[in-house]
Amino acid sequence: MAATGIQARFACKVGTFSLDVDLDLPGGGLTALFGHSGCGKTTLLRCMAGLQETRGIMCVNGDEWQSESGSRPVHQRPLAYVFQETSLFPHLSVKRNLMYGYRRIPHSERQIAFDQAVEWLGLSHLLNRMPEKLSGGERQRVAIARALLTSPKLLLMDEPLSALDQSSKREIMPYLEALRDNLAIPMLYVSHSTAEVARLADHIVMMDKGQVIAQGPLQQIMARTDQPFGLEDDAGVILDATLAERDEQWHLCRADFAGGHLWLRADESLTIGQQIRVQVLARDISLALSEQADQSIQNILPATINEIATEVSPGTSMVRLLAGPTPFLSRLTSRAVHSLDIAPGQQVWMQVKSVAIVD
Amino acid sequence: MDIYWEPVWLTLKLAGLTTVVLLVVGTPIAWWLARSTHWVRQPIAAIVALPLVLPPTVLGFYLLVLMGPKGMVGQLTEQLGLGLLPFTFEGLVIASVIYSLPFTVQPLQNAFASINEQFLEVASTLRASPRDRFFSIVLPLARPGFLTASVLTFAHTIGEFGVVLMIGGNIPGETKVLSVAIYDHVESLEYTQAHWLAAGMVVFSFVVLVTLYSLNGRLQSGLVK
Repeated sequence: MAATGIQARFACKVGTFSLDVDLDLPGGGLTALFGHSGCGKTTLLRCMAGLQETRGIMCVNGDEWQSESGSRPVHQRPLAYVFQETSLFPHLSVKRNLMYGYRRIPHSERQIAFDQAVEWLGLSHLLNRMPEKLSGGERQRVAIARALLTSPKLLLMDEPLSALDQSSKREIMPYLEALRDNLAIPMLYVSHSTAEVARLADHIVMMDKGQVIAQGPLQQIMARTDQPFGLEDDAGVILDATLAERDEQWHLCRADFAGGHLWLRADESLTIGQQIRVQVLARDISLALSEQADQSIQNILPATINEIATEVSPGTSMVRLLAGPTPFLSRLTSRAVHSLDIAPGQQVWMQVKSVAIVD
Repeated sequence: MDIYWEPVWLTLKLAGLTTVVLLVVGTPIAWWLARSTHWVRQPIAAIVALPLVLPPTVLGFYLLVLMGPKGMVGQLTEQLGLGLLPFTFEGLVIASVIYSLPFTVQPLQNAFASINEQFLEVASTLRASPRDRFFSIVLPLARPGFLTASVLTFAHTIGEFGVVLMIGGNIPGETKVLSVAIYDHVESLEYTQAHWLAAGMVVFSFVVLVTLYSLNGRLQSGLVK
């Protein structure tokens, strides 16, 4: 058994639903468990935590939590769990909620200080409030801080944003990004939102009907032509890029990625040199056989056709391209693929109509 | 004056002791009834509720037989050198505990059942053992239930008559509680004394219930608001 990473194997039946997974996940970064509701992602998370008792194996960076021979109860596993709905204890103030887990771990195991967690999640002005006096977003921030204060070895989050309104989601997102970038521990994040996954995940596990249908680094999975999660309209790739140049005259910025660059609109808050995450949708990329200068699209990149999936839905084809090492997806009509007569290995020009910063 | 205060003191002592014993004994029973899915749960719940429907004389009769010299309990207590329990204060406490059991268990069971299971799961992910979860989450959240259970048990024990008569008789200072004292006064046509005690009971019960309702209202709004 590998000493690093997360090994999770579970097979269980809950009513008519059955879960059957065998996963090896990275021992760091944020892994999204993604799929439609009812696909078993929450059940899998509960199995990993031990909240759902089942036979299986769970091993986190060499520490065996569950094996064929036995299972540690939840309270003896060094994990933290952020639930979907508000889960603050109603009879305790924010401060005592935060202290609940913190004072239950030995001094020697405390790696995150109380004040540090309070500062990270911006809670210092809320400490003496009761949970009922908090907004939805504030409650979830307290729940996240409370979870972190147990200095976990694995952070599990079950759709922590789904019960919140749009503005609360926007309020929490930066905190989650900061945690992903600053915490050295692996995080597993259950979600059915492409936007959240595109913004947060390093690695993705796609589930359907209790089974894993695809998993891998986010960029690679998003660039698959078969789109295993059936989101053809939103299909598109995610790029990690660096903001390299600002063009004051035209209010555009140049984002460099491995294999080229894209010009995009960026607001003043972004600074040169900053890492950004960019989404390019498949429906926003068209192809040309020669470089055409006499048209409005500004982002035109040379690329090599890597794979063509015809008729992914009636009349629609998906083309996978490589610009250097970076994969892109282009959604074309099947007639366009036919009349262009393109084939894998061929050099073409990608015309990118729109680029969005997700991070 | 002793003739008034002796039964009052004895009654309060009995009710207080019964309440304390029942909170200790009833809490685990109520917790189990609220959480278990075992098939014996329903029969156990029925046994706990039996004192609600049985005439006190029936209960008292069986207790008398059980705790008497030929009963199982009676033989046990004699072997342990404790003597026989009927017609003693200790015997009354045991009988009251059984008689008032549903008044403790049912409010507690309702309070436990209404606690969101998720709070317990959250606590377990925050390293709280099952025992720790019970004391740090369940007990505080079930506080209104404990208050209701204590007051109802206390008040119900004060009002008990049939069981006391069957098992305790009428020994002044030992088993002659208020309700029995009133009965005695009426039997001997001492209506004045009966009036004093009876009116005292009415006022006491009223005050207890008003206090309970207002306290419970405040506790609950404090939690839910």
